[in-house]
Amino acid sequence: MVGLTIAGPQSGSLTGHGAAGGPGKPTGSTPVPPQRSLIRRLWPWLIVVLAVVYFVTPLLGTIRLSLRHNKGTWEAWRLILGNEQMWPAFGQSIVNGLATIVVSLLIIVPTAYWVALKMPRLRPFIEFITLLPFVIPGVVLVLALIRLYSAPPLLLTSTYNSTRIVMICAYAALSFPYMYRSVDNGLRSIDVRSLTEAAQSLGAGWPTIVARVIFPNIRLAILSGALLTFAIVLGELTIALYMAQRTLAPFMADIVRNKPFEAAALTLIAFSVTWLALGMISYVTNRAGRKA
Amino acid sequence: MSVAETVDKDMGGAKRPPFRFRWNWLGVMPFLLFAGALLILPTIVLGARSLAGADGSTTLDNYRSLATPVVIDSFRLSIKISLITALVGGIFGFLLAWSMVLGGLPKPVRSLLSTFSGVASNFAGVPLAAAFIATVGRVGLFTILLKAAGFDMYKAGFDLYSFIGISVVYLYFQFPLMVLVITPSIEGLKEEWREASENLGASTYQYWRYIALPVLMPSILGAMILLFGNAFGAHATAFALTGGNLRLATILIGQQISGDVLQNPGLGYAVAMGMVAVMAVSIGIYSILQRRSERWLA
Repeated sequence: MVGLTIAGPQSGSLTGHGAAGGPGKPTGSTPVPPQRSLIRRLWPWLIVVLAVVYFVTPLLGTIRLSLRHNKGTWEAWRLILGNEQMWPAFGQSIVNGLATIVVSLLIIVPTAYWVALKMPRLRPFIEFITLLPFVIPGVVLVLALIRLYSAPPLLLTSTYNSTRIVMICAYAALSFPYMYRSVDNGLRSIDVRSLTEAAQSLGAGWPTIVARVIFPNIRLAILSGALLTFAIVLGELTIALYMAQRTLAPFMADIVRNKPFEAAALTLIAFSVTWLALGMISYVTNRAGRKA
Repeated sequence: MSVAETVDKDMGGAKRPPFRFRWNWLGVMPFLLFAGALLILPTIVLGARSLAGADGSTTLDNYRSLATPVVIDSFRLSIKISLITALVGGIFGFLLAWSMVLGGLPKPVRSLLSTFSGVASNFAGVPLAAAFIATVGRVGLFTILLKAAGFDMYKAGFDLYSFIGISVVYLYFQFPLMVLVITPSIEGLKEEWREASENLGASTYQYWRYIALPVLMPSILGAMILLFGNAFGAHATAFALTGGNLRLATILIGQQISGDVLQNPGLGYAVAMGMVAVMAVSIGIYSILQRRSERWLA
């Protein structure tokens, strides 16, 4: 490493994607550390190495366990990949994830656009509502939804598929904090009013403006919210469990309790899909940052 | 979007519309209805039912019954785990964020770590439980390595399916969440402050003790409170790990859904509302502290 790097004013932002509601504002210059003694410079490395060890050990442990089935090294993998319930559960979760993204985008993009254009003073109020999922824990939400919508006048959860629709809508609501934040960030980076007026002067109506002018301009910003939503839905246990849905997480929870080796293999599969989605976020964010 | 089209016709193209209160509100109606149906109404109904007695009258009985041992124990355990993981995760997350921002690490290492934090902070649930079973469970990698080195974790009192075990598992998402939340604040420390303090003869210790930490304190406290709420509302990881043997507040509510373990549905609603109250208070304090810290660090 270079001991003393002169960080320019454009040295990259480390804010990640602000998943938990930290203000994702771009940063100015990173303070330049002055020349320090060797021991002082080693401290950060020690902390980082410890952190990496803590992060990586569970992964290694899972890989090891997935190869320790007493009938052979790859037996756990063979069993889980051949499991008749695994693929349908995986498929359902993927479809749920995609459907959630679509529902969430259909609600959030027009709303955030409308607020940015017409009612900017409403922004804090809308943002407050999008943050409600942080206040209502998933297990409380599913209790409330079941008690409200399964009761006689409504009976929205009387069949598997109607329950599934309620669950996807609940997932969309849970995705609001991430989705609204990324869409709103995207809208802030473009000139909404000028784009709208230009499109209108060319004769475009509202649906055309949202779908063909605004949406393409904030595509990259939306992608991070969409990927995060996908990853969350793919691993979501609580709501699916109590709504008796045969998705990936309840299936996994069953396997974890009964078949540790197969559970390890399945965990690694779920890991790689989730991490691929989440890892892509930072790739996308970096690219968006370079474009800006 | 028929509503939007109506508005369009009324306004006649690109002209700046006169302020039309009602029409503008129609534009956010789909959102408000959706959030109303899936977040707000269910919570309000839950609140209303928590106030209903067995005979349908309005009463605070359910909230009085919160003082039963089952409920108190579950909240106590939840709060204990949330506090300890917020504190430990907060301290280590701060140290890692500090190393990343001010430690002079090469840029690829920094961006790799921040990406990893983004991923890991969202990594709760069944896979996390499985990964820790494979690592510090009875036949886990770490357990076996320690045993080979002559130390038996389980004989020393460690148990993955207990308070300490759950805390270790929760730290896996608490610690990176702290990194994500606190990094922007550390980046907001202005170099001028350090230079000014050095020109006035302050040591590094004095700079941190009298300038940097006081400025960062609201952010650090706020972030830790956010971590507290994050652990307090978590259900999936604990459920996957213990199947409900360790009764956290969230686990208790889950059991109340599938079968009335408290033998009083109203009490279940009161427990759920109690959770919402704790979450609302912690998120509220977080956002107040966040706003305060932005005065210096924005």
